[in-house]
Amino acid sequence: MNTYEHSVSLDVSACTGCTTCLKHCPTEAIRIREGHAVINPNRCIDCGVCIRNCPHNAKKATYSKLDQVLRKKKWKIALPAPTLYGQFENLDDIDYVLQGLLDIGFDDVVEVSQAAEFVSAYTRNYLKADGIAKPVISSACPVILRLISLRYPTLQGHIMQLLPPMEIAAKMALEKTAKNHPELKREDICICFISPCPAKVSYVRNGFGDYKSEVDEVVSVSDVYFALLNVMRRGDQAPDPLSRSGMIGISWATSGGEASAIFNDKYLAADGIENVNRVLDQLDNGNISSLEFIELNACPGGCVGGAMAVENPFVAKARLQNLRRYLPVSQNFLDDENKEYIPGSYLFESLPTYLPIQRLSSNFAESLRMMSDIQKVRSGLPGIDCGACGAPNCRAFAEDVIRGRADASECVVKRKQQLEKQLGEGTETNHDGS
Amino acid sequence: MSEAVVTLHFSVDGEDFTSAGQASVQVKKSLRQLGISPEIIRKVSIAMYEGEINMVIHAGGGEADVLIYEDHIEIRLDDHGPGIANIEMAMQEGWSTAPDNIRSLGFGAGMGLPNMKRYTDEMKINSVLGEGTHIVMKVNL
Repeated sequence: MNTYEHSVSLDVSACTGCTTCLKHCPTEAIRIREGHAVINPNRCIDCGVCIRNCPHNAKKATYSKLDQVLRKKKWKIALPAPTLYGQFENLDDIDYVLQGLLDIGFDDVVEVSQAAEFVSAYTRNYLKADGIAKPVISSACPVILRLISLRYPTLQGHIMQLLPPMEIAAKMALEKTAKNHPELKREDICICFISPCPAKVSYVRNGFGDYKSEVDEVVSVSDVYFALLNVMRRGDQAPDPLSRSGMIGISWATSGGEASAIFNDKYLAADGIENVNRVLDQLDNGNISSLEFIELNACPGGCVGGAMAVENPFVAKARLQNLRRYLPVSQNFLDDENKEYIPGSYLFESLPTYLPIQRLSSNFAESLRMMSDIQKVRSGLPGIDCGACGAPNCRAFAEDVIRGRADASECVVKRKQQLEKQLGEGTETNHDGS
Repeated sequence: MSEAVVTLHFSVDGEDFTSAGQASVQVKKSLRQLGISPEIIRKVSIAMYEGEINMVIHAGGGEADVLIYEDHIEIRLDDHGPGIANIEMAMQEGWSTAPDNIRSLGFGAGMGLPNMKRYTDEMKINSVLGEGTHIVMKVNL
């Protein structure tokens, strides 16, 4: 269970032990211990909320360094996420970015937005297939996949078992290389995803269920952005016409882009982890009916809101709207024979096993006793959820106490109340005496 | 009978329709912590949800208690609403006295009480006109 590799790490020297991340973490995975934050790896879903909110930049995403990746293998293929295009001011043609990627040292480029257009086409086929549990939940956001496997066991069967655009782009890159450069072996090739998202790093490292990612390295949109700034400003020579993306592919970078491409009004798109949780709760209760498709993005605004992007997500979104204005709706189509079909290699078979992280004990009677004890501890706490004990709220603290991870005496508010009471009693006796 | 090991208490606010269904979400979270199977959780949370919605629509709110025993879960719903005139009739699918504004939100399909019965192993309704309704439901573990 502890073998899951996360992509969020802590710079202990920068962490002041403040309660900001504690308060924002949607899965209550963080505690403050010995003056700094500690992340519980079993609960962390790599959403990046703590990275985005840390006032001291102590929370960091871990990813491969661009210059190291560029030195590594014989044939390096960049897979830019469409979010990358939204980072640049006054960009009017995606080809400048793609040409720039070749100029900084990549040997080839396969756009993730291009793969996304195939995923959209296959999704329309997927929704028509028999025996699919509706609404179908998008498999594109890795945070959502992990959240469902930790918290919503009954919704696992709704996850679309079609690989996300990043993986399809990786497969396309391998096919393209096999065709154009048959002399290259797999170990000569480095497939490098340019990511706005720390959770994609985790997805690549850990795979999903039994599926192992075809991506070899993940670098950040921000590192690539700064590297590209140097080369893209040089000269005014027109770049090669490399881009094969349409409106649909570019729109995948923002919330609602994927869902609107199913060409069907029966969809819902939610972004931001709190909103996502509300939708999943309601879906779990069976209160969302007659929907075909649900797109959920952990980041506000969609992938443009990722913690490894540079630009404000709303500015990036506005730029992408501008960039896609004169693009065709799509530039990637299924051939006639593939119209009703999804290649087997584009599907994943198994879903990860449900990890009941909230469970108090594997024994029901023991769990009941613990919950009863938690209620007792909780009722004696001040209930102001200050976080000074290192837990995000009084209920979580009570649970920590019963699980043996905290001591009830650590509640400073309670200690202060007890102290005041003792002092108060002291002054009263003085008054009586005088 | 032995005493409930854990009791979860909820005040169901009759004034705020937008918050209806919140108690059901809380119950589900607690049941997950106890490691209760998803099928049982589903039964309890649907019964709880329907009961909660009923109290909001018809009774101006009320009190809900979920008592967890080692071998079963009991849901108690108490309100001081108008009471149910004809329980037999109310138990029929499709029968509802919900007002139009509520129906326009997709509620009032007349499936509340029938669903509560369907998803629980035992259900008792005690209702007095003008005084209120008390419902006890049991789901065996």
